[in-house]
Amino acid sequence: MYAFTYQRPTSLADAATAIQAEEAKLLGGGQTLLPTLKQRLARPTDLIDLGAIPELKGIREADGGLEIGAFTRHAEVAHSDLVKRVIPALASLAEGIGDRQVRNMGTMGGSIANADPSADYPSAVVALKATVTTDRRTIAGDDFFTGMFETALEPGEILKSVRYSRPDKAAYAKFRNPASRYAIVGVFVAKFGAEVRVAVTGAAGSVFRATAFETALAADFRAEALNGLSVEADGLNADIHASADYRAHLVTVMAKRAVEAAG
Amino acid sequence: MANPNGIGASVRRREDQRFLTGRGNYTDDFKRLNMTHAVHVRSPYAHARILGIDFTDAAAMPGVVAVLTGADMEADKVGSLPCGWQIHSKDGSPMKEPPHYPLARDRVRYVGDAVAVVIAETREQARDAAEMVVVDYEELPAVGSSTRAVAGGAPLVHDDAPDNVCYDWHLGDKAATDAAFANAAHVAKIDLVNQRLVPNAMEPRAAMGEYEQSNGEYTLTTTSQNPHVTRLLMGAFVLGIPEHKLRVVAPDVGGGFGSKIFHYGEEAVVTWAARKVGRPVKWTADRSESFLTDAHGRDHVSHAELAMDADGNFLALRVSTLANLGAYLSTFAPSIPTYLYATLLAGQYKTPAIYAEVKAVFTNTAPVDAYRGAGRPEACYLIERIVDVAAGVVGMDKTEIRRRNFVPKEAMPYQTPVALQYDTGDFAKNLDIALPLVDYPGFQQRRAESKARGKLRGIGFATYIEACGIAPSNVAGALGARAGLYECAEVRFHPTGSVTVFTGAHSHGQGHETTFAQIVAERFGIPIENVEIVHGDTNKIPFGMGTYGSRSLAVGGSALVKAMDKVERKAKKIAAHMLEAAETDIEVKEGRFTVAGTDKSLGIGDIALQAYVPHNFPLDELEPGLDEQAFYDPKNFTYPNGCHVCELEIDPDTGVTTIVSFAAVDDFGNVINPLIVEGQVHGGLVQGIGQALYENCVYDEESGQLVTGSYMDYCMPRADDVPSFTVRYHEDQPCTHNPLGVKGCGEAGTIGAAAAVINAVVDALSDYGITHMDMPATPEKVWRVIRDATPAMAAE
Ligand SMILES: Cc1cc2nc3c(=O)[nH]c(=O)nc-3n(C[C@H](O)[C@H](O)[C@H](O)COP(=O)(O)OP(=O)(O)OC[C@H]3O[C@@H](n4cnc5c(N)ncnc54)[C@H](O)[C@@H]3O)c2cc1C
Repeated sequence: MYAFTYQRPTSLADAATAIQAEEAKLLGGGQTLLPTLKQRLARPTDLIDLGAIPELKGIREADGGLEIGAFTRHAEVAHSDLVKRVIPALASLAEGIGDRQVRNMGTMGGSIANADPSADYPSAVVALKATVTTDRRTIAGDDFFTGMFETALEPGEILKSVRYSRPDKAAYAKFRNPASRYAIVGVFVAKFGAEVRVAVTGAAGSVFRATAFETALAADFRAEALNGLSVEADGLNADIHASADYRAHLVTVMAKRAVEAAG
Repeated sequence: MANPNGIGASVRRREDQRFLTGRGNYTDDFKRLNMTHAVHVRSPYAHARILGIDFTDAAAMPGVVAVLTGADMEADKVGSLPCGWQIHSKDGSPMKEPPHYPLARDRVRYVGDAVAVVIAETREQARDAAEMVVVDYEELPAVGSSTRAVAGGAPLVHDDAPDNVCYDWHLGDKAATDAAFANAAHVAKIDLVNQRLVPNAMEPRAAMGEYEQSNGEYTLTTTSQNPHVTRLLMGAFVLGIPEHKLRVVAPDVGGGFGSKIFHYGEEAVVTWAARKVGRPVKWTADRSESFLTDAHGRDHVSHAELAMDADGNFLALRVSTLANLGAYLSTFAPSIPTYLYATLLAGQYKTPAIYAEVKAVFTNTAPVDAYRGAGRPEACYLIERIVDVAAGVVGMDKTEIRRRNFVPKEAMPYQTPVALQYDTGDFAKNLDIALPLVDYPGFQQRRAESKARGKLRGIGFATYIEACGIAPSNVAGALGARAGLYECAEVRFHPTGSVTVFTGAHSHGQGHETTFAQIVAERFGIPIENVEIVHGDTNKIPFGMGTYGSRSLAVGGSALVKAMDKVERKAKKIAAHMLEAAETDIEVKEGRFTVAGTDKSLGIGDIALQAYVPHNFPLDELEPGLDEQAFYDPKNFTYPNGCHVCELEIDPDTGVTTIVSFAAVDDFGNVINPLIVEGQVHGGLVQGIGQALYENCVYDEESGQLVTGSYMDYCMPRADDVPSFTVRYHEDQPCTHNPLGVKGCGEAGTIGAAAAVINAVVDALSDYGITHMDMPATPEKVWRVIRDATPAMAAE
């Protein structure tokens, strides 16, 4: 780690000011940022810890859905009775992130802002028609993820909360990387009346919707409706753990499992 | 059992109190006044010439005390890291033994090879400065794998090792083997890879060097499994420091699995540098360095053939193995794919003729050396895989073909065709215990039930035998070891009856502080609390060969018994004197010394007190004191053996394998502490399962870059990846040649498990015509095999 100045503002406004410093970085749960710093792959001058800002915390029911503050730990989402009641699929997604230590530290906002292609939360943001609120504006979930580790956030913009819509039925099925436990493929299926969303994470550079799956499921919300359907392997991620065609295969398998779990 | 904490009691590990409450003292915990910190500058290339090193900017960085390079070591006449074992090739020529300097001099040969060391006030300052050291490299073509090393025209890792060959060795009777193949009714064949593994001890390697100018004494505190060996190798061969001026301390060590047996360059660097800078120097590896520079394990590519008669009796085994030794010879590297591997190729079977060829090669990868099991898991895996293939070839049940070929109990002691003589073992008994544990007859029904749920179920057997208790020094010497492999113990009674034991074995997770104390408590009938076990310090312990090869109890424990025998003899003399009886009339039982036929007796505590406060000893016959030491050199290896059975289920949609049950039946000879034995088996099994399903150290073949350099890519098995194990042992076949009758249990789990798991995977996939799958059986590999076979099956 290179030396940096540590700051711990207690209001969103103070954080917004602090982050204006050149080469400053926001610190969420530190589960991605700190390993990066330890390996000396980043050299921020200032770390602005978001952990003492009340506006970034908490889980509320809002418009029938849920509003979750950016600095909410994965474990809090996983164990929240409110989340389990309103969108149980979201609690189970959080429960499947990494391991216990990671879940006790990592935050929802950090995960979404980081936009790791194999992170779980992006699939929920897209499938649950979420709206992302920052210290400056609101951004539609559909427009938030713009590429591998890229989002619509501007430099210094602070993610404040995310509002998820409540689906009639939903489930998340994840095929985890046995080493890191991130998603090799994760599929979030959500049904809102006649509309079905199928968001796929892990498989490509960024979360995407499997539109052919959505159409088939909108007509017939059963796993069998996906028989014979698959996503194109071309352009999917490939690494020592999973080739592109294996990932393409897993997208269908996980989508079916999600539909079955959604009931 | 008389003593509640004696032999056979499941005493809880006494050392765990400090480990579990954060009170352990590991090398990195040691702090010295004025201590400095070392960070190594390491090669980013697998192979390159060093054209120059410019550290002007680095040396001017804040806090920097010194920047030292290979040239400084050369100027100080620092030697090469020695190799402890010499192998001769088929043609009688000695192995190639290129120099291995602690800091590279003109060429780097693997990613992570150290070229310079920066010493600074703090670790972070040393790291900052290390980044400023500019090394001018001329990149050279690299060899990232053993198969590439022997491909024609491959770049040379060492100019003086043509074709990258270190040695081309063989064992066994080629003519007899060829003749048996000529008459065989059936031949089973297999090609397999035993993949490279990273040891991953929980505590990374660390070393702290100190030099005391006033008396010229050096101290090295290091993460070592055998501090005396490190003192000998580093003192005599690398730095030229005589033993009486060099103390090596291996304090609490957080796991080794073999990787901390070896003498590493960093140990020499900090010891040498401590004198150069006149201050203590500490280095601690970070996890990335551990991945790059700890000696790795395994890495074999093999072809094997098994000849059988019409009834499935084994006639001969032929094996050809290509072993990757990495860029340089680590301390015991040459012995692993030879005398710890090929000598075990008989396994539990009475195969009359065996011939093995092993070609060991240099590559631009981290050195490879002993890793838990060391050669024996490779042998077991090969044998047990080809036996399964053989069962298919002759159409026999997998347990029956094994049973038919077992060396029978009655044939013990049994001379194998590959140099070893097994003293005891009842292999059929192991299998007989295992089969009911796993309800073998019910397997087909369970398989059908799984199939109804869309899952593929498989069962896999593996039997193993290992040569442990390394080693009879005369045998080891004849096989090329450059040292004897005895062990030493000292038993010191104190005046008030408590005991300190000094052992040359070293505990880094094995529980010696408990087990060894149980042996002493039992022998002298004293509370275990009165016994302290000291290990890991060359200034306290007379000598030691350390801990590896499941040798601590078999060899170190035997040395302890020998020392206790001497203590008892001396105590008997003292008792005779005190009780005014003839020595021959004294009977000894559990620390009580009685004049035969009388009620006159003394406890060992009374005797110890007299030994230290003697007022009327006949001094020409009886010295004061009760403190004896012994060296024990075993007469033979010990032969732990067992039978492992794995049952698992594969999800054909994803290729994911889930182990449903795992049973291990082992013969470790006599068991001192069942709880510790069970723990050792559990850990070993998880490591074996890790190799079978998860772990894989991958280098890029051409660039020699380590692809799996962190836990994001190198997959370690975790608690939730394994089932609850069924572990059984029997004590019917104690070792015949050591006083405790013990065989050793440290490596067994690792040796048997991988073969059992892969045999089960292949069994589960047998409907798809699969006869082999290389480790690790990752989900994608399994899925691909199923997918590729499915059209063929559909067409049938
Ligand atoms: C071993 C391990 C396993 C993991 N497994 C999984 C897994 O299975 N699935 C998964 O999804 N994730 C996984 N993670 C990632 C983890 O869950 C975190 O979600 C992730 O590291 C980011 O969240 P964080 O709070 O730790 O953010 P940090 O690491 O603190 O920050 C990450 C990035 O986001 C920025 N940031 C943080 N908060 C905000 C904010 N409010 N507004 C704007 N920018 C912000 C930071 O500046 C930084 O660039 C794993 C991590 C580890 C170490």
